[in-house]
Amino acid sequence: MASISHDDTNAVVIVGSGAGGGTLAHELTRRGVKVVLLEAGARQSLASFSQVPGEAFAQLTWLEPRTQSGTTTVVEDYPTLPSWTAKTVGGTTVHWTAMALRARDWEVRARSTYGAIDGASLIDWPLGYKELLPYYQMAEKRMVVTRRNGNPGLPASNHFKVFHYGAKRLGYRQVHTGYMAINSRPADGRGMCIQQGFCVQGCKTGAKWSTLYTEIPRAEATGNLELRAECRALHIEHGADGRVTAVVYRDPAGNEQRQKARIVCVACNAVETTRLLLLSTSARFPNGLANSTDQVGRHFCHHTGCFVWGVFEQPIEFWRGATLAGVVLDETRHDPKRGFAGGYHLEMAALDLPSIAIAGFPQTLWGRELGFVMEHYRSMAGIYINGEDLPRSTNRITLNREVKDQFGLPVANIHVDDHPNNAAMRRHGQQQAKALFEAAGAVKVLMSRQTPATHNMCAARMSRDPNDGVVNAHGQAHEVANLFVSDGSAMSTPSSANPTLTIVALALRQADYIERQMSARAI
Amino acid sequence: MRANATMDRREFLSATGVLTGVLAAGSPLALLAPGRAWALDLGTLSGSEGAALLAAARTIAPHDGLDDAPYALVVRALDDSAARDAATLTLLRRGVTTLGAGFAAAAETERVATLRALESTPFFKSVRATTLATLYASPLVYAYFGYEGEAFSKGGYLLRGFNDLRWLPEVPLADSGPVFGAESH
Repeated sequence: MASISHDDTNAVVIVGSGAGGGTLAHELTRRGVKVVLLEAGARQSLASFSQVPGEAFAQLTWLEPRTQSGTTTVVEDYPTLPSWTAKTVGGTTVHWTAMALRARDWEVRARSTYGAIDGASLIDWPLGYKELLPYYQMAEKRMVVTRRNGNPGLPASNHFKVFHYGAKRLGYRQVHTGYMAINSRPADGRGMCIQQGFCVQGCKTGAKWSTLYTEIPRAEATGNLELRAECRALHIEHGADGRVTAVVYRDPAGNEQRQKARIVCVACNAVETTRLLLLSTSARFPNGLANSTDQVGRHFCHHTGCFVWGVFEQPIEFWRGATLAGVVLDETRHDPKRGFAGGYHLEMAALDLPSIAIAGFPQTLWGRELGFVMEHYRSMAGIYINGEDLPRSTNRITLNREVKDQFGLPVANIHVDDHPNNAAMRRHGQQQAKALFEAAGAVKVLMSRQTPATHNMCAARMSRDPNDGVVNAHGQAHEVANLFVSDGSAMSTPSSANPTLTIVALALRQADYIERQMSARAI
Repeated sequence: MRANATMDRREFLSATGVLTGVLAAGSPLALLAPGRAWALDLGTLSGSEGAALLAAARTIAPHDGLDDAPYALVVRALDDSAARDAATLTLLRRGVTTLGAGFAAAAETERVATLRALESTPFFKSVRATTLATLYASPLVYAYFGYEGEAFSKGGYLLRGFNDLRWLPEVPLADSGPVFGAESH
C-alpha cells in the first residue's frame, strides 16, 4: 500500500469504497494514478464476518442518525432506519445479495419510452445503450457473473425449486437462478458458493464479489493506493477557479485532516454523497458544491421494493443457499396495458431471524397470525419485488439542521412521496407473486409494505442539461470539472435492475474518461 | 439470566423486581440452558411490571411451545432501555398501568383485546418492536423455529441439504446449474 502525502496535489481522492469507489480506485491505480481512498467504515475480512444475524447487521450497517419525511410507508414503519446502507470497507458490496442485472436499452431512454408522466421528472440517460453495453460486459467478466461468459448458473436450492415451480405454473418463461456475481465454481482466486445462506452477512468464502477482497487489495498491490478506513469526509474545498482542491476529513483518532487533491470522486451511496456535496458550501457554492442549479439531492429513487411471503405445508428451509439466486424476467418490460410505466423483477428472497419479523412483515402483524407464520419459518418462501420507481424532483435528500451527527453536522433527511405509478406497479407485482406462491401450493400469503432501501439512486444524476441534473454522461460535475460522482447517485433513472452492476459499469467507463482527461491535462 | 430460581432478597428490599421460571421438561431450550430453573433480575422495572410486559410479549408473539425464558429476554431488553432512558421508563410505566392490574393473569382473548385497543400507541409499538427484535434474535429459539444458525464452520449447505427438497419436481439444468464437484442428484 502506498503512503500518500496530505499535500500531494496530484492525488485522486475517492470518498467511499463500495461498488463505484472501490472499482474506480482499482482502475485508476492500475494505470499508475495515485489514489487516496477514504472510507467511513472499518475493514472487515472473511474471517471477521459474523453469521449471527443481528451482529452482522450491526457490523456492516450505517447506523448513524438520519431523518425522513413524505408519504412513503417507510416513514411510519421504520422511523429510525429510512435507508439500509453499509458503513464498512467495500460498502454495500459486502452486504449485497449479488444480483447482477443490466438495465435494459429502453430503460436508459425512460423519458422517450414512457412519455411525459404527471408528477415525474423523467429524463433519458445522456449516453446511449451502445456506449454502456461494452462496460456491462467488462463488469460481468470482472465480477464473474453467472450465465455470462460461459460461467455456469448457480444450482437450484430448495427455495428456488418452489419459486421455479410456481413461476412456470403461472406461465412465466424466463425463470432461472439469476445473473449472480457469485462463483458457481472457483474463479478469480476466490472460492465457490457453499450455499451458506444470508448473503447480507458478508460472504465468508469470498464467493460473492465484493470490492473488499477483489478491487481494493488489487489496487493496493499496484503500490498506488492508500486506503484510509474509519475516516469521515466532512466537506470538499475548492480554489478561486472553482475547481476542487482538497477533502477535509476526520481520521480514526478524531483529528481533522486535509487531503489535497487533483480530482475528487464522491461514491458514498446516494444519501451520504448528497449530504457531502450539500455540506460543502462556500461563497461560490452557497447551497452546496455543484448545486447552483439546485439539483443536488433531487429525483432520489430507491426502487418499488417490498416482500411477499408464501407459507407452505412442507419444509423449504430457505436459509440454506444463496439468498437471492432466483429471478423472473418476464415482467421486465414496458407494457402500459398493465396499468403502469416501466417494469419490475420478481426476485427470490429470504430473511434471517429476526429480520423477517422486523422488516419482512406488515407492522400490523402480531398475535396468533404472527405466531402461525413464524412457526412456519422453515416452510416459507419469499419474493422481493424490485421495480423501477419514477423520479420526482420533490423526492429529495436535504440537510436536517435540527438533528446533528457525532461531528456536529446536520444529518440527511430523505423525503419520498410515493408516485401513483409505483403503487400500481407494486400492487401488480404483489398479485403476481401471490399467484406464483398459490400455484406452488402456498396455504397463506403475506405482503410487506415498503422496506428501507439499499438501492439509493439518481440524487446527483447524469443529464445533458445542467438544469436537469448534477453530472454529465461521465459522472463529471457540470459545474466543477475535477469533481466526479461515482456511485448510484449518478444514474439518470433507476431502471428495474439491482444497481450494483450498473454502478460498476459506470465506474469502469468513468475511469477511462478520467485517464483521458488527465492525459490531456484537462483536469 | 441466572440459572437459579431462589427468590432474591432484593425483591423485598428494593423497588426493582425479579422474574423467575422453570423450563418445561422436554423443552427444546432445556438442551441449551445450563439448568431448568432461571431467574432474571430487573434493574429498573418492578416484578409486577416485568410480569405484565412478559405477558404482553407472549400475546404479541405467541408460541405455545416456547417457555417463558426467551420472553424474559424481551423484558430484560425493555428493562435495559428503561434504565438508559427516562422517557422510555415513563412510556413503559404508563403503558403497564394502562394494561391494568389483572393483565398478566388474564385470558389470551382479553389480553389481545386490551393490546388491540393500544395498537397505535408508542407503548405498544415499542413493546412489539422489542419483542420481535429480541425474541426471534435469541439463539435460544433458533432450534424451535428450525433455523440452523451459523453454517460456515460446517461447510455451508452445499453438501448438507440446500437442494434436498423432494416434494416438487427438480429444476431443469438450463434454469439452474450444476453442483460443482458433486455427483448430480
